Amino acid sequence: MKHLTDPNAVSLETPEASRRRVLQMLGAAGLAGLPTWSFGQPTAQVNTTKLAVTDTEVTVGQLHSSTGTMAISETGSIQAEQLAIDEINAMGGILGRKIKVIKEDGASDWPTFAEKSKKLLINDRCAAVFGCWTSASRKAVLPVFEKENGLLYYPTFYEGLEQSKNVIYTGQEATQQILYSLDWAQKEKKAKSFFLIGSDYIWPRTSMKIARKHIENFQKGKVVGEEYYPLGSTNFGSLMNKIKLQKPDCIFAAVVGGSNVAFYKALKAAGITGDKQLLVTLSVTEDEMTGVGGENFQGFYSSMKYFQSLDNENNKKFVAAFKAKYGKDSVIGDVTQAGYLGPWLWKAAVEKAKSFDVDKVVAASRTGIELKTAPEGYVRLDPNHHLWSKSRIAMGMPDATFKVVAESPDLIKPDPFPKGYQ
Amino acid sequence: MSFNDLLNIGLMQGFAGLSLFAVLLLMGLGLAIIFGQMGVINMAHGEFMTIGAYTIYLGSTLANSISPGAVAAYFPFAIVAAFLFAFAAGWFIEWALIRHLYKRPLDTLLATWGISLAMQQSFRTFIGPKEVSPTLPDWLLGSWAPAEGLDIPINGMFVLGLTAVVTGGILLAMHRSRWGLRVRATVSNRVMANATGIDTKKTDRLTFAIGCGIAGIAGAAFTTIGSTGPTSGSLYIVDAFLVVTFGGAASLLGTVVSAFGIAQTQSITEFFMAGSMAKMLTLSLIVVILMVRPQGLFASKVRR
Repeated sequence: MKHLTDPNAVSLETPEASRRRVLQMLGAAGLAGLPTWSFGQPTAQVNTTKLAVTDTEVTVGQLHSSTGTMAISETGSIQAEQLAIDEINAMGGILGRKIKVIKEDGASDWPTFAEKSKKLLINDRCAAVFGCWTSASRKAVLPVFEKENGLLYYPTFYEGLEQSKNVIYTGQEATQQILYSLDWAQKEKKAKSFFLIGSDYIWPRTSMKIARKHIENFQKGKVVGEEYYPLGSTNFGSLMNKIKLQKPDCIFAAVVGGSNVAFYKALKAAGITGDKQLLVTLSVTEDEMTGVGGENFQGFYSSMKYFQSLDNENNKKFVAAFKAKYGKDSVIGDVTQAGYLGPWLWKAAVEKAKSFDVDKVVAASRTGIELKTAPEGYVRLDPNHHLWSKSRIAMGMPDATFKVVAESPDLIKPDPFPKGYQ
Repeated sequence: MSFNDLLNIGLMQGFAGLSLFAVLLLMGLGLAIIFGQMGVINMAHGEFMTIGAYTIYLGSTLANSISPGAVAAYFPFAIVAAFLFAFAAGWFIEWALIRHLYKRPLDTLLATWGISLAMQQSFRTFIGPKEVSPTLPDWLLGSWAPAEGLDIPINGMFVLGLTAVVTGGILLAMHRSRWGLRVRATVSNRVMANATGIDTKKTDRLTFAIGCGIAGIAGAAFTTIGSTGPTSGSLYIVDAFLVVTFGGAASLLGTVVSAFGIAQTQSITEFFMAGSMAKMLTLSLIVVILMVRPQGLFASKVRR
């Protein structure tokens, strides 16, 4: 599963390329003989790789789907990243330069994502890109980012098994989300038998594989069923009867998209409700709740690192700012918050590196960048490009909000290649 | 696990098959009229269902803003409205586009697919990209439990009842009404029907609009099962065509039988194997049967 390139190698330019760069820099320095307005370092110093950085501006890209089937999910990330960028600009920008955003639409189509990422990196020379949502879109742009040496901040919780030099993962990888929730179900709810249910594609299947190993090998529990349904399936009648036949202590679910809503409606219609059955899901955030409806999810549990109802000062400020910008009815899910972290983590790394050069920013990112102002609370970037973060369990309420009932005591170390789980 | 428990699960499983049958039939019915009777390959069928679903959402939003009491009562009215909205949209699209394409049935595929994309993007732009669920009245939620351990989904019963009413209505209208007579005459021989004084153009428009209206009802009913988003329609379109083609395009009775067969096969296989595998097995079975009987289960003449 590992990538061909060594994830830890910071690529060095070929001598030829660097010679060309030096010539270009000399040319640029000729023009830059004019007085500069920036209070920070001269552009020639902070940008040695011909990125789109001027004395007053730095250009970044944003690559999400604002049309197509994924627009439902990605809108929140687009908004949160824009909010973070606006806030950074209001504080004076990064290294004295305001951030300019070029927005591209991946249109829920993976080849389009790859095409647009080429445009952002080659034509626009973006210093960083915030984007992608599905694993499929990330896998599509990954070769481009690795070839052009770009920098991508990826916000979604995902299946792990990846660590690219050119990507910073701001969501949880699978083990952070799964192991804590399974342990919680075992210790707090005395769950011994589990029924695993997911949509049929890479993320649920990888997640459930990890879950099964953990239940069978570490918890000595029992998996009484493992089922996958096609994406978009709305027919769960037979599944409900299978659950009733097996009577699991805990239903562990990773059903996504339109199926998600149908799944919870079917549970409710089959009389499997939160007061009688323990259910923990990896795929219901505040965003999904608007569709699922509080009355269908009431009493079930969701495992995430962030919930809108988190009670801390950072989060109150973040929620207020988000609602002020996007309306009081807007909701903030886990991925939206992770999207918000991207620009801030980039800012911290750039300031530490004192440069926009991707190699230097990546090197700085590996020295333990931390963020004290994150809405989810303090987070720290591991040298493996994933975030140390807390995991949380929250119960669905009738009004479609979440009440946090458990929280890991410490930050959980990200482990994208978990030993004993593959 | 006692015998009683197994009996209960058997009963509930039987009902699961029935309710899937109702869903498939309701999906296919409107298409059976448009594709089966008129020969128009309507790729926008799913979007007419989405219109119906959004109408329910609109109704629930309105009811919520009026009073909590209105929430209990709005649903039947919203279903009627869903039919009317989808009917009007169908009427307009037939007039604007479809009537120019009757001589080129394969082009209707492309044209209606274009309409489907345009409608999806309009939903996204004007209603919003997020999936929505209407607030359902309490009498539609939960399950009916006649005995301990036996839960019959109320939404399933509702869809089943609605499907029975709509199917009965259509069969009756097709075989007992003036409109049905005109449709059948136009299907079997357009020129002759014209000569006997039937306004075939008007018949076409009415037939298309009724097919779309029924799609609207189907979409409305499915809000009790799933959510509604701009692309919900694309989830239904494949199943809808499957049911109609398998049943034999021009036969309404074929659609009923085919929906029943597919639903039972899928629901029974689903009980004994994983969901994705069950779907695959069902589809393979349909492919094999269609290879042996390309005209579908019930064949009759289609207008060319």
